[in-house]
Amino acid sequence: MNKTDALIIGAGPTGLFTAHQLKLIGLDCEIVDNLDKIGGQCIELYPDKPIYDIPAVPECTGEELTNNLISQLKPFDIKFHLSERVEEVKKEDTNWLVKTSSGNSFLTPNVIIAGGVGSFEPRKFAPKECEKYENKSLFYSVKDKNIFNGKIVSIFGGGDSALDWAIELSKNCKINLIHRRDEFRGAQATVDKMQELVKSGKINLFTKYQLANVYGDQKLESIDIKHDNNEIKNLKSDYVLGFFGLIMQLGPIANWGLNLNKKTIEVDTERFETNQKGIYAVGDICNYPGKLKLILSGFHEGALAARACFKLARPNEKYRFEFTTTSSNLLKRLGKKE
Amino acid sequence: MFYILALFFFTPIFISMAKITYITHENEKHTIEVQNGLTVMEGAVQNDIPGIDADCGGGMACATCHVYVKEDWFNKLLKKEDGEDDMLDMAFEPKANSRLSCQIIVSDEIDGLEVNIPSKQA
Repeated sequence: MNKTDALIIGAGPTGLFTAHQLKLIGLDCEIVDNLDKIGGQCIELYPDKPIYDIPAVPECTGEELTNNLISQLKPFDIKFHLSERVEEVKKEDTNWLVKTSSGNSFLTPNVIIAGGVGSFEPRKFAPKECEKYENKSLFYSVKDKNIFNGKIVSIFGGGDSALDWAIELSKNCKINLIHRRDEFRGAQATVDKMQELVKSGKINLFTKYQLANVYGDQKLESIDIKHDNNEIKNLKSDYVLGFFGLIMQLGPIANWGLNLNKKTIEVDTERFETNQKGIYAVGDICNYPGKLKLILSGFHEGALAARACFKLARPNEKYRFEFTTTSSNLLKRLGKKE
Repeated sequence: MFYILALFFFTPIFISMAKITYITHENEKHTIEVQNGLTVMEGAVQNDIPGIDADCGGGMACATCHVYVKEDWFNKLLKKEDGEDDMLDMAFEPKANSRLSCQIIVSDEIDGLEVNIPSKQA
């Protein structure tokens, strides 16, 4: 059981700056995120796209913004729990008991949801029958590539993940690579490498096809792929891999008794608290009159939520507002003063 | 005073709207007057049309505002920009006439546009 002053759900820009604000005012915090890396939408959706509306930063990419936020947290010791999804939030006396998908649990008076549009989950194939084979013969990520040795693997997708795995697995397996159009969005060098392997017969390429059906008893045996012109081909397949990127799903947040408005959580604009005392929502996931889904709004919301946490985490102390330019307390916490 | 009255009476005339018809997977037709300059996605979200999620808010980063555009209209729309097809690769059941509705800007030219919403966005 981890005890902390505040638990932040979501390691995107808002979650990261909220952590900074909590540590600055002397509170502990830990961060949970379902992605395997820090940065949220910035790192997952637009790592290379420039952002032009961060105050005092004329231009930076999603990745640069993430790296700058991480380096702003350097003075502080913050524990990150990545590749974990928060499953349950339950009241326990004056605290919240929070449980994650990896079995970690936290006891904290404050939970700050900085969850963007929810947690990132892999996008799945359209045919319903696919569910039957999921995590047995059909995967959306590769954990152990050795299970594919000597087998027929059908890979779907047109990005780097699909191409990289087609190239890698073609060393030891028979590969079908299937994509919905002729153009690939992967790096040019990777596309060239794949085309070479197609020429040398190591990869069978099918473009303008999509998965139409899957067949087999316990194990997958074959798949149907359908061309844009409706022609159907049956391919023998032991395994199917789909790489269509990630999608955001609200997930378990919907079950925590919070007032929801579509996929957002209603908060007040003083503490960014939800209808549950001690649970706050900041960044894209929160909703109030005039809400803007901008990163800069998330920073403001996190700063206020952090102050609100102080009251519940230190009921016998009084929070005093201070500036980093002058306060020796803050400068000490930042490691700028002995 | 005259100006205030004039504004009150005449302004609405100058806001150009176009009729956009959203057809859900259950074949329900919703015809909405959408202000020129908004996107087809915004028209759907502001009017609570079911089936268009638009998780990323119009950044061409999520493919959850995916629609099918009837062939005759498909060719009348401005061509897809770089990146839209990359995102459509990730959409649920993309077809040759797939578009991201956040990339279709409403104007007089597309008055009467009909779009079909897929069974799911993801």
